[in-house]
Amino acid sequence: MVSLRVPDRVVERGLALLALSSIAVLASITFFILREGAPLVYKVGLANFLSTDWHPTAGRFGITLMIVGSAAVTAGALTLAVPLGIACAIVLGEMAPAPLRRVLKPAIAILAGIPSVVYGFMGIIVVLPWIRQHLGGPGASGLAASAILGVMTLPTIIAISLDALEVVPRSYRDGSRAMGATEWQTIRRIVLPAARSGIVAAVILGMGRAIGETMAVVMVAGNAVQLPRSPLDPLRTLTANLALEMGYAAGDHRAALFATAIVLFVIIVALNGVAGLARGRVSGRRGRP
Amino acid sequence: MTIAGLAALTTAGCGRAGADGLTLAGSTSLQPFAETWADAYRVHRPDLLIQVQGGGSTAGVQAALSGAAQIGMCSRALTPEEGARVSGIPVARDVMAIVVHPSNPVSELKLEQIRAIYAGQSRNWRAFEGPDGPITVITREEGSGTRAALESMVMNGTRIVASALVQDSTGAVRQMVASDPRAIGYVSLGLVDATVKALRLGGVEPSEAAVAAGRYPLVRPFLFVTRPEARSVAAAEFIAWITGPEGRALTRREGLLPPPRM
Repeated sequence: MVSLRVPDRVVERGLALLALSSIAVLASITFFILREGAPLVYKVGLANFLSTDWHPTAGRFGITLMIVGSAAVTAGALTLAVPLGIACAIVLGEMAPAPLRRVLKPAIAILAGIPSVVYGFMGIIVVLPWIRQHLGGPGASGLAASAILGVMTLPTIIAISLDALEVVPRSYRDGSRAMGATEWQTIRRIVLPAARSGIVAAVILGMGRAIGETMAVVMVAGNAVQLPRSPLDPLRTLTANLALEMGYAAGDHRAALFATAIVLFVIIVALNGVAGLARGRVSGRRGRP
Repeated sequence: MTIAGLAALTTAGCGRAGADGLTLAGSTSLQPFAETWADAYRVHRPDLLIQVQGGGSTAGVQAALSGAAQIGMCSRALTPEEGARVSGIPVARDVMAIVVHPSNPVSELKLEQIRAIYAGQSRNWRAFEGPDGPITVITREEGSGTRAALESMVMNGTRIVASALVQDSTGAVRQMVASDPRAIGYVSLGLVDATVKALRLGGVEPSEAAVAAGRYPLVRPFLFVTRPEARSVAAAEFIAWITGPEGRALTRREGLLPPPRM
């Protein structure tokens, strides 16, 4: 390495400062939503806040049904996106010939770049009428939101799973084949287990993406605050609650929306933490030369 | 809150010292219209900084009384006590239409029937000689002034059924109703178009004539509230512009009825 001491130090300091500024943003967001939301939880009590009755203009701030809604939609989205995403990653990483890969990878990147409002609009135009006509119910439902979110989550799961597959050493595959294993046996018994932590991280980050998505969900989920009894029932997620009501909310109502944001924030931070642990195990095992 | 006035100040480029300011606060139903009026009024008074804040009708009257805002916005009739202390100037009327899909054979309901539908007591169109099928009830989000209007004019304290679909704008409600043959929703009359059908209420078509004759019940006044003795020139001019020809035309374009002529 070329040693240019003084500029080096300046650059290092500068970069450190920039890195710290992003942490400062995170810290100020944390501080802000806590300051705006936490007093309300204290004021109305945890029992009210965790009840199932959301009627903020009448002093009822229960968000439990929205936690259920977020969980249901996320579970539905992952049911669709995990098998598809992992399958796609395997094809891309292990099977597809180079020309196909050159087409598929950018296509998936584009999928990730489509604005969520476009997904939501597609949902309204295509998915909702289809569900209403063929499955019944009002169309706007947990099922519709799950389907749309599943597609939106795919790029995350594919990209991170693919990364995990690509870091599995060549020698593992060569060894397996040398012992007479078929390509599928190699993938199933050697490559997938070796990439497992990375794939788990992919699923968890996909989960974070699904929980955090807002616009598309508001457009297709129906947003009724109720316990969904079937996939065809409308439901409301935590994010939808914020987006729907922030416009004209004032006073305690507004504070309750910030309290909703706190819950959402904690969930996302926890998921990212778990995903980080899973990924850490991968790089730990890989070791450094 | 609008920063339109602020933008005007910059674009005008004069940055006149001691520029006038006008603060409006109150009804969230009125808020988007007040912002539209303020934006259009900028042409006439680029130096006037108009701020529009929410808070609700009652808070709007309070703000006018306390002087926190020169104009309070109120989307209901003043109570007698309020009326004794402030004056409410009608700047527009909001007529609510109950809308269904154009293919729905039902074209007339009574107020009690609409209440029963929104309360979740009537759940099938068959009860109203419509097709056999569940009613998709569509409502606005909590905090919306239009929802508050339905709650006060139709619901009489009954809660809107929890299974109702919630949309956060008039456009989204209309879109939902237009795409679902079994849906019912409510929007401002001026925003009803060919994609949805406005129901007659107890035989009365929602129209300007019916409103003028006092026969269509789902109407609420939009008032600008001021303390007469403290009304500033800027406020009086702004109100005169809104109730004048240019303001009335804009009010119509935005989906409201202009106030009755004095």
